[in-house]
Amino acid sequence: MEKVIVADKLTKKFGDFIAVDHISFEVERGEIFGFLGANGAGKTTAMRMLCGLSIPTSGKGLVAGYDIHTQSEKVKRNIGYMSQKFALYDDLTVAENIRLYAGIYGVKEKEIAPKTKELLLRLGFDNERDTLVKSLPMGWKQKLAFSVAIFHEPKIVFLDEPTGGVDPVTRRQFWEMIYEASDRGITIFVTTHYMDEAEYCNRVCVMVDGRIDALDSPRNLKIQYNAQNMDEVFQQLARNAKRTDAI
Amino acid sequence: MLPIEVKNLYKNYFPAKSGKFAGIGNPVQHSGETATVETGLSFSVSKGEIFGIIGPDGAGKTTLFRILTTLILADRGTATVDGFDVVKEYKEIRKRVGYMPGKFSLYQDLTVQENLNFFATVFNTTIAENYYLIKDIYQQIEPFKNRRAAKLSGGMKQKLALCCALIHKPSVLFLDEPTTGVDAVSRKEFWDMLKQLKNQGITILVSTPYMDEANLCDRIALIQNGQFLTIDTPAKIVGQFGKTLWTVQSDNMSRLLLDLRAVKQIESCFTFGDSHHVTILNDQFTKTDLHKILHEIGHTNVEINEINPTIEDCFMELSKHS
Repeated sequence: MEKVIVADKLTKKFGDFIAVDHISFEVERGEIFGFLGANGAGKTTAMRMLCGLSIPTSGKGLVAGYDIHTQSEKVKRNIGYMSQKFALYDDLTVAENIRLYAGIYGVKEKEIAPKTKELLLRLGFDNERDTLVKSLPMGWKQKLAFSVAIFHEPKIVFLDEPTGGVDPVTRRQFWEMIYEASDRGITIFVTTHYMDEAEYCNRVCVMVDGRIDALDSPRNLKIQYNAQNMDEVFQQLARNAKRTDAI
Repeated sequence: MLPIEVKNLYKNYFPAKSGKFAGIGNPVQHSGETATVETGLSFSVSKGEIFGIIGPDGAGKTTLFRILTTLILADRGTATVDGFDVVKEYKEIRKRVGYMPGKFSLYQDLTVQENLNFFATVFNTTIAENYYLIKDIYQQIEPFKNRRAAKLSGGMKQKLALCCALIHKPSVLFLDEPTTGVDAVSRKEFWDMLKQLKNQGITILVSTPYMDEANLCDRIALIQNGQFLTIDTPAKIVGQFGKTLWTVQSDNMSRLLLDLRAVKQIESCFTFGDSHHVTILNDQFTKTDLHKILHEIGHTNVEINEINPTIEDCFMELSKHS
């Protein structure tokens, strides 16, 4: 099975502070991989390294086959990224956003127009092609942002708390889109504060104080921690953390 | 006199003639009717209640809070806080409410202690005077009292903001999404602190997009697209769900979702973490019937249980009909 992420003792220090502490793990093609942790646990720092945005202090990482330290530009071109805080430009139209990101991700010029049409039809957005993104309802923005992040069919897409604050129905529709993408062979790396979403992942990793303290399928974690659901697993792991919001 | 009374509150951020709507209230005008048509939000909060406004982004929570804390004006309708009108007597309201807006809004370049001192002074009091009210919360951040607010973690910022909102002993506390972006452990802790404040007689209006927090309130209003779907205690809302609800699991959850939706006796099917929730169209359809159908199409380890609905189930059901 193709490994889309290989992290080997990945570490990031800021002075004496060890934000990410020698983490090692692998993610396979098509997996839905959940990345959980209390705020301050090191999730964002780890993700930034994997996306080629931050150079590791030590350790190695391969994403989509490229070294995150020496080939970070190639990493960026072969991944997709979407976060709650920023996904699309509000003052551009739907079509303009797609055009912009397609260009940035290196989609071939002549493929952009037909792929755009296909995407808009599939989402039911054909009438909104010239609507400014700021006028779209929140749920539509989420779905569009995700589709744009995988427009270039990357091997892996990083989703940073993609469903924060969205209504419950839209949140589920969004996850159904994630399932479809995973079925097509796109690997999904997702962080979330919604513990029910952790259940939708094939495997979940929980970061505590910069380390990985748990890595397994939700089902196995629940057995291991004698828990009814992922919220209980998380509470047990995060409770003993030294670095959380609580401190 | 109730701590909060809202009658027919309506605000549209778009100009009236534009035909577009974003804000609170019902944008549909009924023609040919007399002046007393209800087009806005109405509700009231009793003393010492924890009242939750539960709904997704864009539903109108922050708009409602900003009107009640006298920061923006509504287009129509009235509201009073502690008996004072939000328009004519806004100065009185500002003296007696505590407010935690959605984004951290304290002074990043002042320390914990300096921020607290500042707010005490602005409200013409001292930290010592009402220290008993914030003591339990402040003690958790006291070791960092000389640290600048910018350098605090998310949870510490929440605690500091809460202390600053309480320092003048407000009668009503407005908390706009205080737990958004905060992790699950700290969220629990925050709600424990709110319960303590309620015991001191402070009325609390709190908004959240997290449906599970609804159960921690005395009463809640579910809000979507600027309108209330329902207002009641969490228990009564759950009691009004009115449909049979089952959880369904099998060894192949993603295929199960599609297969369940294809069953004609099933009205709706949604993922809910490790199980799917289904509502049934016809009460004659039993769990045994469903077991049979699923076995026949190859599902193994099928488990079906009847459950009481959660607030999230209720929200989804109510927003279907709005």
